Amino acid sequence: MSEFFNGLLRLRRGPWEMVASILIALGVFMLMQPFVLWAFTYSFIVTLVGTVMFIIVSHFPE
Amino acid sequence: MVETTVSRAAKATSPRVAKRIRGLSDRAIAWIFVAPTIFLLLAINIFPLIWTIRLSFTNYRVNRPNKDVEFIGLRNYERILTDTDIWMTMQATAHFLFWTLFFQVLIGFTLAWLINQKFRGNDLWTTIIVLPMMLSPAVVGNFWTFLYQPQIGIFNYVVAFFTGADVTSFSMIGDINLAPWAIVIVDTWMWTPFVMLICLAGLRSIPDSIYEAAECDRASKWRQFWTITVPMALPFLMLAVLFRGIENFKMFDLVVQLTGGGPGNTTTLTSIDLKREAFERWRTGYASAYAVILFVTVFGLASIYVKALNKVKER
Repeated sequence: MSEFFNGLLRLRRGPWEMVASILIALGVFMLMQPFVLWAFTYSFIVTLVGTVMFIIVSHFPE
Repeated sequence: MVETTVSRAAKATSPRVAKRIRGLSDRAIAWIFVAPTIFLLLAINIFPLIWTIRLSFTNYRVNRPNKDVEFIGLRNYERILTDTDIWMTMQATAHFLFWTLFFQVLIGFTLAWLINQKFRGNDLWTTIIVLPMMLSPAVVGNFWTFLYQPQIGIFNYVVAFFTGADVTSFSMIGDINLAPWAIVIVDTWMWTPFVMLICLAGLRSIPDSIYEAAECDRASKWRQFWTITVPMALPFLMLAVLFRGIENFKMFDLVVQLTGGGPGNTTTLTSIDLKREAFERWRTGYASAYAVILFVTVFGLASIYVKALNKVKER
């Protein structure tokens, strides 16, 4: 776990890609879930942040 | 000395042109070859994408070209993301996407595994199984509407035969509970062969020597399946899921022909809804924002999926 946070602090690609992937997956789930409307409302911003983050962090060093 | 085509072409080239070409670096020549493709990509993909993003912030309507176009900021996004009808459409798409992928992977992999066993006539069976995916989606949608007819369709008779239910007691495409499953069944019927073919390619790429080594180590068939067959076919399976996932996210023709999005809005998938907004209600700016939301969703999903695929391939 500490390795993960160290990777985040040292701007390493692996942990940041993981964070971006989780955001994208969460955004897509929020978009398509049948439970609460507010989650649908905020789904796009979560997916967008995750996707843009993924594009940026995929250029970080390994 | 034998004169080759290249030397003949070199001789035929005028000195001025030859000098100009000789003056180009390898990098410049590479750019000359790549430039038409890049130009087409910019013109056909990138420019429309940027234009769509721009339109998504306006109230532009393509059927009113003389009306002033106003910049309305994020209002289109706000309206879409608080619209309960679009929320229902997303849920219908999620239902369709999840169950089609589930059944196609399950049946496709099973069929591929069976076809991969050595038996007489497996080539013939492969040909028969892949027939549905060779048909046009419009044709498939049309003839399944007949198969689903409660009075004359064979589907109800088959279900009635196995369950004992009354033949005319249910209508697959007229019932709000059954219609979402009707489109899942047809898509599964049509596209399982595609998943099967990709899985078959994966299974046939596994060398026999690995199984022979496993036999020497006295590994059971069950263990061989889970520790050799599945991991080695997994990248192919994931590729099939990626292709089918993206295709089904934008599914249009088959469902329009089969149910037209009905009954009510139960089978209205996002692409059908998007087409209605853009070309029936002519709300171009609104439809552009809708398209941008779908694009970001598919792009994000595809990004993490490709990352997962690369990880599996590295193993």
